[in-house]
Amino acid sequence: MKVAVASGKGGTGKTTVAVNLAWFLADSGRKVQYIDCDVEEPNGHFFISPHLSQKKPACVMLPAIEQLKCTSCGECSQKCQFNAIVRLPGNTLIFPELCHGCGLCLLVCPAQAISEDEREIGVVATGMGWGGIEFAHGVLNVGEPMPNPLIRMVKQQGLRDHIQIIDAPPGTSCPFIETISDADLVILVTEPTPFGLHDLEISVAVAQARGKSVCVVINRENGSFLPLEAFLEERQLKILARLPEDRKVAEVYSDGELMLEALPDYRKYFTAIAAEVFRQSAELGLTSGGALP
Amino acid sequence: MTEIVVVSGKGGTGKTSFTACMAALFDNKVVADCDVDAANLNLILNAAVLEEYDFASGHKAAIDKDICTNCGRCRELCRYQAISEDYQVDRFSCEGCGACFFLCPAGAVSFDEALCGHYFVGKTKKQERAVFAELLPGAENSGKLVTAVRKKAQEIAKENGIEFILTDGPPGIGCTVIASLTGASFIVFVTEPTVSGVHDLKRVMELSRHFKLPGGIVINKGDLNPAYSSKIETLSMESGFALLGSIPYEPLVSQAQRQAKTILEYAPDCQASSAIRQIYRKLYKRMETM
Repeated sequence: MKVAVASGKGGTGKTTVAVNLAWFLADSGRKVQYIDCDVEEPNGHFFISPHLSQKKPACVMLPAIEQLKCTSCGECSQKCQFNAIVRLPGNTLIFPELCHGCGLCLLVCPAQAISEDEREIGVVATGMGWGGIEFAHGVLNVGEPMPNPLIRMVKQQGLRDHIQIIDAPPGTSCPFIETISDADLVILVTEPTPFGLHDLEISVAVAQARGKSVCVVINRENGSFLPLEAFLEERQLKILARLPEDRKVAEVYSDGELMLEALPDYRKYFTAIAAEVFRQSAELGLTSGGALP
Repeated sequence: MTEIVVVSGKGGTGKTSFTACMAALFDNKVVADCDVDAANLNLILNAAVLEEYDFASGHKAAIDKDICTNCGRCRELCRYQAISEDYQVDRFSCEGCGACFFLCPAGAVSFDEALCGHYFVGKTKKQERAVFAELLPGAENSGKLVTAVRKKAQEIAKENGIEFILTDGPPGIGCTVIASLTGASFIVFVTEPTVSGVHDLKRVMELSRHFKLPGGIVINKGDLNPAYSSKIETLSMESGFALLGSIPYEPLVSQAQRQAKTILEYAPDCQASSAIRQIYRKLYKRMETM
């Protein structure tokens, strides 16, 4: 069972919900893996405190041009959709940060002057964290514009017999879509403000266009925000929890502590979230992490 | 023309709320919202749309079933697993590289330009211009849309002899952030004193060094965690990005947000509002020396 925790707007509490849900499930004896796909700004490790036993470079393919064979015909630079190849007289240049690694230039070069090398864009690390939670994350190298290949590699660390809690990056464009692409359930965390609602509407549209089952957690609730209620009602979206606005939660978060450890009162909210995960996994015939031996 | 870009690394630290406050205080400026994935600034500015532009960028493949011979070449070539066994292209997975289009032996693939979104020029209550965008759900090329928004804002500023551009940036450190910072004049980092806030601030500051731009730091919810606040102050000294000020945690902020107002408008006398006005004065002074 793969559960993606996402939002459109940043800072609504994705990581808080994801790490605490992972902790809650582990605490109730399930096999859980927390996977941080926010590779631009990964933060889950502060809360899960994993021992990162395995680290490997994440690489994409990058074309290399053998200048002696290159006839400067310009075929590669004309066909490249990403403007990553520029033909100069007697020299063809590649801009690695613009390359999407599609391999088209290799195929269209009539002189067979192009081969591919690997280029590192970040690191994928895995290990064991708090309470037996399996952990995986990716860290994008600073200056790299494209997180998607790294997100794909992080997701590949998923363990089939575990409930996978996948922490998504903010936004609603390609990194978000890549992250939720094979999720069985998408939990959208929102806040009761016009910002939160606006971004929730976009995220719901994108996730449902991808055929995803969507549920909502409202965070930092402080009196009800009617337009949000109306939207949830109209779209018949299930609300799994309403977490109150609470300075104590913000303080606990600020120190990198797990909310459910520091503030046990909040465990009640996660019972309902976990129940929905179990219900949907049973419906889909997927693992709910079984009981640990 | 001076372009101030607000970034944070971590999402939800208060970039948009801060930019909206600066928009209320600065005169003679154009406002630009470059968080095109989740564009929220206009929910506060409430600018009326004057002009609308289509934003088309990149191409998407589509297969004509009548011409397709099911040879499988495209599925072999596609590195994004975007083509299904029955030769449907998944538009979300299609990267727009054109491998299938250029190399299909039957010529069954079309490759049309993709409409990715729209951008708008609006007029605010202060009769000033704001530029903002809307990416279509699931569309790509958000970095290029950021560039289009900034270009439009620069054009307006140039034509009308406007001094400042205030740009609300996106979270993260990826393509949209890079597109927001390229060629700007000054960076404001809005951060919060949390373990994640500081970690993410360091990464976006490291990215900013590539651009060799001056900048300053604003700590939001500064009294939430004094230990992390002082870490940010240390970072400020080490990095040379001056501390512009610290805004205290203020529960009224979320109430102001719910009414789509800035805290300056909703509670002008609260401590947060006076801290924001101080930051504005410091920032403005800094701009005068540039």
